Amino acid sequence: MTLSLDAVEPGQSGKVRDIVGGMGVRLRLEQMGIHPGDFVRIKRRGVLRGPIIIEANGTEVALGRGIASRILVEV
Amino acid sequence: MKVALVGQPNCGKSTIFNHIASYKAVTSNFPGTTVSFTESKVSLHGEICNCVDLPGTYSLISSDWAEIDTRNYLISEEIDVIVNVVDASVLGRSLELTLQLLELRKPMVLCLNMADEARRKGIFIDLEKLSKILQIPVVETIAVKGEGLNELFRKVQALARQKNIGMIPTYGSCIEDSISKLEEPIKINNLQEPYVSKRFLALRILEEDPYFLQKFQSNRELMALKKKLAARVKRKCGQEPPLAISSERHAMSLNLFEEVAEIRKAKPDIRDRIDDVLMHPIWGYIFLILIMYGFFQIVFKFGGYLEAPLLDIFNNLIKQLEGSFGSQTFLAKLVEGIIQGFSGGIAIVLPYLVPFLFGLSLLEDLGYLPRVAYLMDTFMHRIGLHGKSIIPFILGYGCSVPAVMATRILETKRERIIAAMLAVLVPCSARSTIIFGLVAFYVGPNAALGIYVLNLFVIGLAGKIMTKIMPEEAPGLMLEVPAYRLPSFRVLLLKTWFRLREFVYVAWPILIVGSMFLSVIEYAHWDMVINNILYPFTYALSLPKQVGVTLIFGILRKELSLIMLMQAMGTNQLSQVMTHLQMMTFTIFVVFYIPCAATIGVLWKEIGRRWTLFTIGATTGLAFFLALLFKYIWIAASSL
Repeated sequence: MTLSLDAVEPGQSGKVRDIVGGMGVRLRLEQMGIHPGDFVRIKRRGVLRGPIIIEANGTEVALGRGIASRILVEV
Repeated sequence: MKVALVGQPNCGKSTIFNHIASYKAVTSNFPGTTVSFTESKVSLHGEICNCVDLPGTYSLISSDWAEIDTRNYLISEEIDVIVNVVDASVLGRSLELTLQLLELRKPMVLCLNMADEARRKGIFIDLEKLSKILQIPVVETIAVKGEGLNELFRKVQALARQKNIGMIPTYGSCIEDSISKLEEPIKINNLQEPYVSKRFLALRILEEDPYFLQKFQSNRELMALKKKLAARVKRKCGQEPPLAISSERHAMSLNLFEEVAEIRKAKPDIRDRIDDVLMHPIWGYIFLILIMYGFFQIVFKFGGYLEAPLLDIFNNLIKQLEGSFGSQTFLAKLVEGIIQGFSGGIAIVLPYLVPFLFGLSLLEDLGYLPRVAYLMDTFMHRIGLHGKSIIPFILGYGCSVPAVMATRILETKRERIIAAMLAVLVPCSARSTIIFGLVAFYVGPNAALGIYVLNLFVIGLAGKIMTKIMPEEAPGLMLEVPAYRLPSFRVLLLKTWFRLREFVYVAWPILIVGSMFLSVIEYAHWDMVINNILYPFTYALSLPKQVGVTLIFGILRKELSLIMLMQAMGTNQLSQVMTHLQMMTFTIFVVFYIPCAATIGVLWKEIGRRWTLFTIGATTGLAFFLALLFKYIWIAASSL
């Protein structure tokens, strides 16, 4: 099942299928270690549509919901 | 010999730098603290060498300013050895930058820092193998403990003599093909930059690096060729060249990582449990408030405990002097001015500033600040910014200058302008001195807290207004959240001192000279002139007329306002000459009005003349309005 990252429940992991959006966003995410094909784990979700925390390639990254919604993962 | 420390944010470059240099770089457990580079002459085993600490960068193709600085420095300077500092616990990701740095074809040492952290995570790295593949020396270090640093710099020195260059990463045939095709016009037109290779240039153009694209924009032939090649790469690899190259590099790094690292079972990490509480949707905020409240309480208690007895000492001193000199002679006035300048620094500023800066450094180095950014993101969005911009605000409680500089970590110009303008409204430690020394000391701690709350409210409102003036969706938060780390006490002390030094060396002398100067103009009765000019102002706010001259000094350094206030009122027992209302109005005005001279300087540099002038005008107007409003509300409330 493919979901956008902000819809994935904390504790679940998934494989990044695609990053929707401009090259700027994609490159930025890739620099922080989030590439299509990588496994990511959702660790927490902030209140009031706050950011989510994911773990990818050994790093924890906080992502705003807007950006998270552009990352499609296979759960 | 010139050595540059390069690495991704928060990998410990500054800690290494601080170990070898006298304390210059600001380290913290927050990605993006070194926003401009620090250079220092250091002696390495007897050899003098220029060492540069560059801002952390995830990649050599950058989008934020601080990162662009790093890249431009690397390609424009003659550097003998690059020290690529890497957080060993995230080696897989970090190798991507390493590969890009290898493309610069300069002698390089790979420093695997935070080796203890990596082992805790179960990552065991085969240094020899890694060194063999990359063809560069690899050293393991634990910078906070100083482990491995001697060996690191021995390798650096050896390499500076040998000038060995590591392996050059090769890409898939389709990209390699494009690179060599692009190298030709670069060679023919002699477009070479002094310190970088043709291959590096070709690769950067193919990766659509904005800096080089702009630079060679006018070269039609080159641009046309690039376009043609890009279309071909897209057809063959299915992706635009920047993404194709980035994924190849990613794959290379991960393969390399798998080859050299052995993954064992990680030790259970108690720090995850800590985050379960500190980043909890409810407890997280409760702890945030408790931590901040506790922090300010400790600062206030500590400062308040010292302020009164210290002031008494200086008061007695002045009394004794008056006894022996008489109080009206020129000399007596002058000496009194000097003593008041000294006592202002020792009794009023330092007791609060020292614990404040120490506490801030502690919170930073523990790694709590990125958690604050996470917790505050949703609220910052409401004022048109995102969580990352909480950093300039928090730094702003220390000093507005680094706060304005820290806005460089934000991606767009619009965000930088808004964040810089709002950050100067945050009461810096100098203004906190006034809030503590005047309001908390005389009116009470709750009144002081009230000013902080009012300040936050005004910043929120100003943010809302700014977002209306400059509408645009703020890009979302993207921030690395580093693991908690136990900072070394030595680094904390050094860091506190580093920040304090500004006050001791720059502000304090101005303060003493200013205090003397004020004594002199008072002796000559010139202060009357200034006070008369500002009378409409002070009258409207119902402040004592003598206050006028202190406001002028406040523009030089904010803390001067309070010390000058004592000087101008002729006593440091302010409760005898000012009412609580006057103290509150004065403080509110001083908290919001014109940023200090140093801040205006950085603002000018960071956001330009127009916005700086706007900031000066707007803050002064705002300060006057708020002080006036407060006065009437207080009067209305007390007549009820």
